[in-house]
Amino acid sequence: MESIQLTINGKQLAGHRGQTILEVAGENNIDIPHLCYHPRISKTGACRICLVRVNGTMLKTACTEPVIADMDVVTEDAEISQIRTGLLEMLLSEGCHNCLYCEWNGECELQRLCQKYDVQEPSGVFKNRERTVDTESSNGLRRNENRCILCGRCVKACGEIQMQGVWNFTGRGSSTTLTSDMFAKLGDSSCVMCGTCVQLCPTGALSFQTVLGRGQAWDLKKETSVCIYCGVGCQIDFYTNKEGQLVKAIGNENGPNEGHLCVKGRFGFDFVQSDKRLTKPLIKKNGKFEEASWDEALDLVSSKLTEIKSKSGPDSIMAFSSAKCTNEENYLMQKFMRAVIGTNNVDHCARL
Amino acid sequence: MTNSIREIPLSEAFLVIGSNTTENHPVIGSMIKREVIRNKKKLVVVDPRRIELAKYADVFLQIKPGTNIAILNGLAHVILKEKLYNAEYVSGRCEGFEELKKTLEKYTPEHVAAICGLDDPSLIAKAARILAEAKPMALYYCMGITQFKSGVNGVKCCANLQMLLGNIGIAGGGVNPLRGQSNVQGACDMGALNAVYPAYQPVASEDNKAKFREAWKTALDLSVKPGLTIVEALNGAIAGDVKALYVLGENPVMSDPNQHHVIEAMEKLDFVVVQDIMMTETAQYADVVFPGYAFLEKEGTVSNTERRVQLMHRVVEPAGDSREDWLILTQLANRMGVPWEYGSAREIFDEIRKVTPSYAGITYERLEKELIQWPCPNEGHPGTQYLHREKFSRGLGLMSAIEYTPPAEDVDPEYPVILTTGRILEHFHTGTMSRNSRILEKTVNENFVEINPNEASNYNIKDGELVSVSTRRGSIRIKARVTDRPKPNVAFIPFHFAEAAANKLTIDALDPTCKIPEYKVCACKIEKINM
Repeated sequence: MESIQLTINGKQLAGHRGQTILEVAGENNIDIPHLCYHPRISKTGACRICLVRVNGTMLKTACTEPVIADMDVVTEDAEISQIRTGLLEMLLSEGCHNCLYCEWNGECELQRLCQKYDVQEPSGVFKNRERTVDTESSNGLRRNENRCILCGRCVKACGEIQMQGVWNFTGRGSSTTLTSDMFAKLGDSSCVMCGTCVQLCPTGALSFQTVLGRGQAWDLKKETSVCIYCGVGCQIDFYTNKEGQLVKAIGNENGPNEGHLCVKGRFGFDFVQSDKRLTKPLIKKNGKFEEASWDEALDLVSSKLTEIKSKSGPDSIMAFSSAKCTNEENYLMQKFMRAVIGTNNVDHCARL
Repeated sequence: MTNSIREIPLSEAFLVIGSNTTENHPVIGSMIKREVIRNKKKLVVVDPRRIELAKYADVFLQIKPGTNIAILNGLAHVILKEKLYNAEYVSGRCEGFEELKKTLEKYTPEHVAAICGLDDPSLIAKAARILAEAKPMALYYCMGITQFKSGVNGVKCCANLQMLLGNIGIAGGGVNPLRGQSNVQGACDMGALNAVYPAYQPVASEDNKAKFREAWKTALDLSVKPGLTIVEALNGAIAGDVKALYVLGENPVMSDPNQHHVIEAMEKLDFVVVQDIMMTETAQYADVVFPGYAFLEKEGTVSNTERRVQLMHRVVEPAGDSREDWLILTQLANRMGVPWEYGSAREIFDEIRKVTPSYAGITYERLEKELIQWPCPNEGHPGTQYLHREKFSRGLGLMSAIEYTPPAEDVDPEYPVILTTGRILEHFHTGTMSRNSRILEKTVNENFVEINPNEASNYNIKDGELVSVSTRRGSIRIKARVTDRPKPNVAFIPFHFAEAAANKLTIDALDPTCKIPEYKVCACKIEKINM
């Protein structure tokens, strides 16, 4: 790839043909504020927040402007700050952005930028239109369009990643709104609840049903694991609150899933904290299960297996291992059967 | 998978056969959809049901369940006849071509269309040309290839096709089975199979026996006799040969074919241990139940469908007095006189590396920052993105001459409809996890049978009506979903729902080589319930 030399904020940098200013800046840890841009979807250039000055004169959107040789880019100056502040004010005044009531308070990209540019309460120049609030029709997703900034990330998340094409824009100019399929409620639409639109939404316009009332964003703890369902092996960042309760699942970009999830990975985690979980060893006595201590249960199993092994031989004992357990556990199970019991009678549901 | 998920954008065409990818492997399904819709890649779909991907296919071949071998042979026949195969690749890298060629002679599109129940034989030729012309072409399959009495042969036919086209050992090509469980690949790699030690080293080998006796420092005379598979063990229980069963995180009462037979086996066993996270349908038959950790409480590694080994971290505190599965096994071994001293999953992994050559170069430290796919023979090795590069792991790629054989059970006047089973998007396997997840259960909370409008009209059944579906093995009551998804004379039932369990109906006919049950086809009857 052809290398291109350019300057950003006075720093001599190298990019390559086809990259945008925003991409080269990102690679070099230079932050250019943006809202509609997201690395996983095609470029939009709609929000104008990423305007930068090129060669001392023109203002260009950094997310769409390709780098060219000897380009001189300035990412922030008095005029740019003023424009960004103005844009943010307009975005705020178009919707109803009250962070106090918003479950994405603390994680909202719009909020972060408004704080950065010290944006004050909207002047009320634009008429605040009441837009769709649909927090119930979908089992997994919530929609409050009063928080929407029409950046289009959700439209592209659904159209370019999930390939479902549920979201789109309808109307023109200041009456533009989101629509799920043909004006249907989200729950009646063809949405498959993969949740990628929520994951990419920069504000609280789209949210998960699992989030509200489960703690503030800044109290949540994140840990990465691997989805328990099919064999794709999606990496998921699971968030828990102060009480240790699972709050949400966000696709991790480093996994084979590249950040994407399906409905099971997104919402199929609360069984872990279900009150139906087994929490104590059980021994069946007279046809009924009774709680037992670990010592009692382990002793019983070891004596029964030893007895059956000596009476009927090791091949009279069978183990079903588990495709839901880790490599370490499967390894131990086959080792247990082979080296402790003395049989190759071990299998798992690979064929089922 | 011979190849990698991140190679999907490199493929110029896809053959998806026996995989409802957008429901069962949705993330991969979306990636394939993206290539087909946005980048105009070619797609051929072969399935008895008009699955979502069929909508985007250049050719959709809606075959009768159980006729994969015929259709794959038919595609290969056209490729040979029209000289669309990669002659250089075949002569240089494969063997068995002449015999395959002879066998393929009779699989003309007309002959194949008759077997597969296709109206238009020319579609087979059209599909073959699409698949041959686009390079590389990737073949994706799932249980719709394997869960037959002829499952192994179905897989061999997939390999034949890709060898003929020279699509194995190159990026963006390959034979790519989509594995259905988070660690089914790893469980196989670890030797949780009746005939092999870790890394598929046969147990029926004195050398391997000596190797593992040494590695495990065991005085026990390790058995060289291959053990039983799941369905064989259940048969053994009924026959009285198998006395005790230890079930770790599985639910055979729901997941195994012919439920009535499974329950008979469970009741016959002298002693049953179940180690699980919930009181499953199987745990009901246990004498002792051990509460294990759920996935978010665990640390350890799992291996995905593309052989990528990944770390799981503990996210939540364990429930109640449950214990790690490896700890329970360790404590049991200790009580049975074997002094295992594992203190963590990582310590077990260090031992795995020593006895599993394909995992030898993988460490927890590397997994924290690197993407590693096995084989990874040493710590300096980057792992393997795709297999059989330059040469096949066995040397020459073996082409197998395979004849089509019909399923175990054919339709007849008493059981006139073909029943096939599988999964749906919102639920998983026996439902232990997904049906205890609030949002998933709220979205789909009851079972259904998909029937074609053809049968609906024959039996006067309306959409949403309760019907009875029966086979020679059992009968369930279930809601009818009238849809043109299944081929006429084919019904589909998901197997996630205990209250209308599909596996009461399925047949326990097995593939003679790998013992996989024929879940994908049996004969049933559908009756209106007069209330």
